[in-house]
Amino acid sequence: MTSLILRTTTRYLTPLLLIFSVFLFLRGHNQPGGGFAGGLVAAAPFALFSIAFGAAEARRVLQVEPRWLIGVGLLAALASGVIGLLGGYPFLTGTWGYLKLPGFGVLDIGTPLFFDLGVYLAVIGVTLSIIFALEEAE
Amino acid sequence: MTSIRCRAQTFEAEHPEEFLMNVLLILPILIPMLTAVLALLLQKSRSTQRAVSSIGAWTLFAAAAWLVVDVWRNGIQAAQMGNWPAPYGITLVADLFSAVMVLLAGIIAAAVGMYSLVSVDAQREEFGYHSLYHFLLMGVCGAFLTGDLFNLYVWFEVMLMASFVLMALGGERGQMEGAIKYVTLNLISSALFLSALGLLYAIAGTLNMADLAYKFSDVSASQHPGLMTTLAILFMLAFGIKAAVFPLFFWLPASYHTPPVAVSALFAGLLTKVGVYALIRVFTLIFLQDVGYTHSLILVIAGLTMVSGVLGAVAQYDFRRLLSFHIISQIGYALMGLGIFTASALGGAVFFIFHVSIAKASLFLVSGVAQRLYRTCDLKRLGGLYQTQPMLAALFLVSAMSLAGIPPFSGFFAKLGLVKAGLDTGQHVIVAVALGVSLLTLFSMLKIWGEAFWKPIPDQSGTTGGLSGVRLSNWLFPIAILSAISVVLGLGAGPAFNFALQAGEQLMDPSLYIQAVLGGAP
Amino acid sequence: MEVILAFVIGGLFALAIYMLLRRSLVKLLIGLALLSHAANLLIFTAAKLTRGRPPVIGMETAALEPPFADPLPQALILTAIVISFGVMAFALALAFRAYRSVGTDDLDQMQSTDV
Repeated sequence: MTSLILRTTTRYLTPLLLIFSVFLFLRGHNQPGGGFAGGLVAAAPFALFSIAFGAAEARRVLQVEPRWLIGVGLLAALASGVIGLLGGYPFLTGTWGYLKLPGFGVLDIGTPLFFDLGVYLAVIGVTLSIIFALEEAE
Repeated sequence: MTSIRCRAQTFEAEHPEEFLMNVLLILPILIPMLTAVLALLLQKSRSTQRAVSSIGAWTLFAAAAWLVVDVWRNGIQAAQMGNWPAPYGITLVADLFSAVMVLLAGIIAAAVGMYSLVSVDAQREEFGYHSLYHFLLMGVCGAFLTGDLFNLYVWFEVMLMASFVLMALGGERGQMEGAIKYVTLNLISSALFLSALGLLYAIAGTLNMADLAYKFSDVSASQHPGLMTTLAILFMLAFGIKAAVFPLFFWLPASYHTPPVAVSALFAGLLTKVGVYALIRVFTLIFLQDVGYTHSLILVIAGLTMVSGVLGAVAQYDFRRLLSFHIISQIGYALMGLGIFTASALGGAVFFIFHVSIAKASLFLVSGVAQRLYRTCDLKRLGGLYQTQPMLAALFLVSAMSLAGIPPFSGFFAKLGLVKAGLDTGQHVIVAVALGVSLLTLFSMLKIWGEAFWKPIPDQSGTTGGLSGVRLSNWLFPIAILSAISVVLGLGAGPAFNFALQAGEQLMDPSLYIQAVLGGAP
Repeated sequence: MEVILAFVIGGLFALAIYMLLRRSLVKLLIGLALLSHAANLLIFTAAKLTRGRPPVIGMETAALEPPFADPLPQALILTAIVISFGVMAFALALAFRAYRSVGTDDLDQMQSTDV
């Protein structure tokens, strides 16, 4: 499809959507949002790219294989579960660490964040592999 | 009776036994997941993928064996995922039945995995066959181990998604048509399952199986007896479609013969058994309010499933379609154990499920070798396999006779256990049906023998050229493993049956399960 | 509210089954989508509707005041929606491939694997 309006809008929407997806992802820790919603929003600009410029162009913009995103995402989720297991607790038990940032304060970092990051990546990967496959089948 | 460890409400991280339990229960889910992810990431290199897949399958088998030993020694094991206490979080539970089913998954995974290496074409492998194979196993093991009904739904879906893609992978016309029927019927079943879950939650306020069992055992049908029976039937329908029972089995013979043989064998060995597992779990733990109605209905369904499956098989002249119909017929026997509903009957059912999955997977693999040699599964065009492939013929005979229930193979003892349980409770009709169906099974196995193995090679085929250049030992080795297990189960039927009986006793006593999950007094 | 939703659910199930029984592959898929919506709405309604009381503990209070919405059914529905999203995406892709290889979306033409 060659639509000037869609192509132009896609270019401007892409950074906005990506920033919004990160916002949703981080907000999901205590409020509505999270990895799944964030991942879907992050997949949206690439889906728009594949409609406006074709799947090949969208793949070029994405730079990594969607499959690879699925794999890394699942691996991250799995690792976040195993951390609790290694601590002697059941699988997926939340484990927390503290990161001291000079001039910023103390940051709590826990396995739920990594799990959610895994979901985020996997959702982008799954959504885009389906969309690209359908786009390329035509 | 083995002792049941009472669980403390809080975890003691230093406790080594607790740690072992946590690890053992999650391993059968973690191993296939890790294998699948690695296979996905290593998609570029076919040889590494194959190596990862094999190692993963054998590791799963080892972990499953360890789990069985642990459950046998220490009784029902439970672990609370995320350290959330039982009715609130998701629990993984392994009683003997679950553990044996996981072991079964491990055996089938290892044997069919080896067979896949020689039989699945490079194109499918590059598209992610191995990754999907292990995602399927993850779903299967998760379904066997979970102690939460909604989690069971999630594992079902994981398993189904992987099976959908495996079914359609390759994109041949027959596969597409088969996959559409398979997908549609399974999605309807999922929707029914989901609706039933919603209603069950509305009544009970929990979906933890042990908690449900505890709540319903207390107030016992005084609340909403009609609604409980309706729910029981909804679950029976949802799981019945997945288990392919009468009259909900039509998707199975329309689809199971379309994908590559390795996929068929995996499905035949595991997928319908997950449905049966869910039926047995739910109807021994939760829906015990109106046993006279629900379990009698199951018994009737069991009889009809056996008969319709075997009659369908008798009419078939395609190797794999014939075997597909036999899957249905054998599901009937497993349900017969549930319908009779005594410890020995359930033990017989456990033994039977184990035996039949192995025999059936083995038979499917044999059909794959025949197809590889003759490029067809049509029994009329096959022939002379006894002459050209005596080893294959011997392996076929072991599995086929085992399936038909000829001593000394495992099938004989499995059916003996079920029949004896039926006679003990005076269920003569179902016993007569089971024995009659057994004869018809023998008949259709002999038909395969006569057509594919015994009769001379039909002239028009002339495709034995496929024989040359194939190192057939690679194809036969996985079949030999499965057949050997069949023989060992038959020769060592005493201890094996004792084990199954213990599993049956555990199933008949929900309080053990409740205690293991919820601790002393919930 | 429950009564209205009960009718909506019933209507959705009826529509879904009607669509499932049609010959067109696309309509079959619409039927499956409607079926999963009906099931989700059923969970939502069966687990009691509580309006305007989110199950969130406020900054000032220590515990939740009793009339609050049950978060679990919503979590279940969310999971089910995610799953049905994936399944429907696959089913659409499958239908498209099937249409290409069979050349029609008429289910009556897809009987070559039947018994």
